[in-house]
Amino acid sequence: MANIRQMKNRGMHVFFFSIATASITILLMISIFLFMEGLPIFKFVSVINFIFGKSWYPTADPPDFGIFPLIIGSLAVTVLSAAVSIPLGVMTAAYLAEIASAKVREIIKPIVELLAALPSVVIGFFGMVVVAPFLQNVLDIATGLNIFNASIMLAFMSVPTICSISEDAIYSVPTSLKEASLALGATHLETMARVILPASISGISTAIILGMSRAIGETMVVLMVAGGAAMVPSSIFDPARPMPASIAAEMAEAPFRGKHYYALFATGIVLFVFTFIFNIIAEQIAHKYRQVGEASL
Amino acid sequence: MLTTRTDVMDDHSVAPLSTVIEKIEKTKSNNNSQPASSCIGRRKLIQKIVFSILRAVAWVNGIALLIIVSFMVANGWRAITWTFLTQPPRDSMTKGGILPCIVGTLGLSLGALLVAFPIGVGSAIYLNEYARQGRLLRIIRLGINNLAGVPSVVFGLFGLAFFVTYLKVGISLLAGALTLGAMTLPVIIGASEEALKAVPATYREASLGLGATKLQTIFRVVLPTALPGILTGGILGISRAAGETAPIMFTAAIFFTTKLPSSIFDEIMALPYHIYVLATAGTEIEKTRPLQYGTALVLIALVLGLNLAAVVWRSRLRKRMQ
Repeated sequence: MANIRQMKNRGMHVFFFSIATASITILLMISIFLFMEGLPIFKFVSVINFIFGKSWYPTADPPDFGIFPLIIGSLAVTVLSAAVSIPLGVMTAAYLAEIASAKVREIIKPIVELLAALPSVVIGFFGMVVVAPFLQNVLDIATGLNIFNASIMLAFMSVPTICSISEDAIYSVPTSLKEASLALGATHLETMARVILPASISGISTAIILGMSRAIGETMVVLMVAGGAAMVPSSIFDPARPMPASIAAEMAEAPFRGKHYYALFATGIVLFVFTFIFNIIAEQIAHKYRQVGEASL
Repeated sequence: MLTTRTDVMDDHSVAPLSTVIEKIEKTKSNNNSQPASSCIGRRKLIQKIVFSILRAVAWVNGIALLIIVSFMVANGWRAITWTFLTQPPRDSMTKGGILPCIVGTLGLSLGALLVAFPIGVGSAIYLNEYARQGRLLRIIRLGINNLAGVPSVVFGLFGLAFFVTYLKVGISLLAGALTLGAMTLPVIIGASEEALKAVPATYREASLGLGATKLQTIFRVVLPTALPGILTGGILGISRAAGETAPIMFTAAIFFTTKLPSSIFDEIMALPYHIYVLATAGTEIEKTRPLQYGTALVLIALVLGLNLAAVVWRSRLRKRMQ
């Protein structure tokens, strides 16, 4: 009897385990199918020329498949949006975790969560019809659909990620550390800057990397707002064509399993590898520099 | 096995630091024999300034949300009529309504939930009830976290290559729902795990102590207790799926159709894709502006409504748990 129960228990363990492997299976399948549909392009273009080639004219004759401008476009919007979203996200997190009263927190926290819930197409639409004409008029530039605009819109999409993970990290700093600092005569601010921030820096770094990973993979905003010019930008007010925008815009018209189709899948591989690396780094930081007290990820 | 599990409390229930600070500050002001009181005053002033800056920055998020939402409401509410909500588009999408898009989006997100919910809850049960610390668990977590980080457009490519082409499902509601289901899986796992963690270990111990098997404990004690939290995760999953555009661009959505989907193998229209198409690809972009605002407003109302419901529900739940 006890044996049957044990076996049943064991069976259920295996059953739930196999369900839990679904995520990894999907992840593997994603990589397999991306590579299956993307690698054939390298029969026509070398890897070096694909990644560092400076011209992307997929429909010209003969076509050019160099995604360097797309990569630069992606990096430009990501870095610039991080310049906005990191201070915004971390400062909000510090305010929520350390300063805000319970009442204020109960207002701001849902606001940040709702910000995360806004569909990206709506944010892109807002950037198109409101921010772009505004920038065009105020700064007197050729087009309001540019890197700057896209970065601002992207920043508001990565703030929630950065904020909520940083907040968890700041919360999990043991109270005893704070109390020790306060007891030594430091003000609350000094305690935050010299004790709490250093103690939670690994969690905050994880938050920042995940936020940037979100920004680099975001599609609709850059598709609608970044301007779509496949060239290496020379200023932040130039239009750009980040990788996700290129894939989303061109897939519909690329002939099935033609060179263009393969090239877009290969761009997907590059994008996937970028975000994968970001996530692995975040994972490593979270795992290696596990915080004292409750771990944050 | 059970002793290793402590009650994981709500992460915000750590000792209230503000009360500690107040106490310390009181004692400080009591022995005012401090010679360096002006120095303290300056430090206090700096603290005040920095805290105000932090407060202002925190409210920037609220202002951003307010601006976007109020802008859509101000421009979109006039477009919302009964005809708009119950008619298909007419005259090459310059007139008429968005009924096929609403139906399509509801179909997609419910389909995604049907796919992701059982798998997500099952995974969470494994992670929280069965798994032991170790390399295997770390690999599974790595998979979940990385799946959560995969760009939405890559999910679209995957859906196109696997569901549409390889499994020969074709561009359809089914392919879109499966793709969105894969994408919402991490959301559901995360929320369900949190809900399961919040069930006190004493519940499990009591049930096991009464002679119930582990499976009985999970299904009769742990899951019912965690159910509201798990359902909240489901709502969040639906709203995420409803708002996504990139994954359905190549797998489910088409520009235009007047008929409602009659089977899961039909191509469909969807709200987010409709906004994108009207705003970028039409010949009469300016003329359809009101329709674009209207569609965006419907989408926002749907997504934020679901989220707000989930947030309110969850905060009530937390209070009851405490």
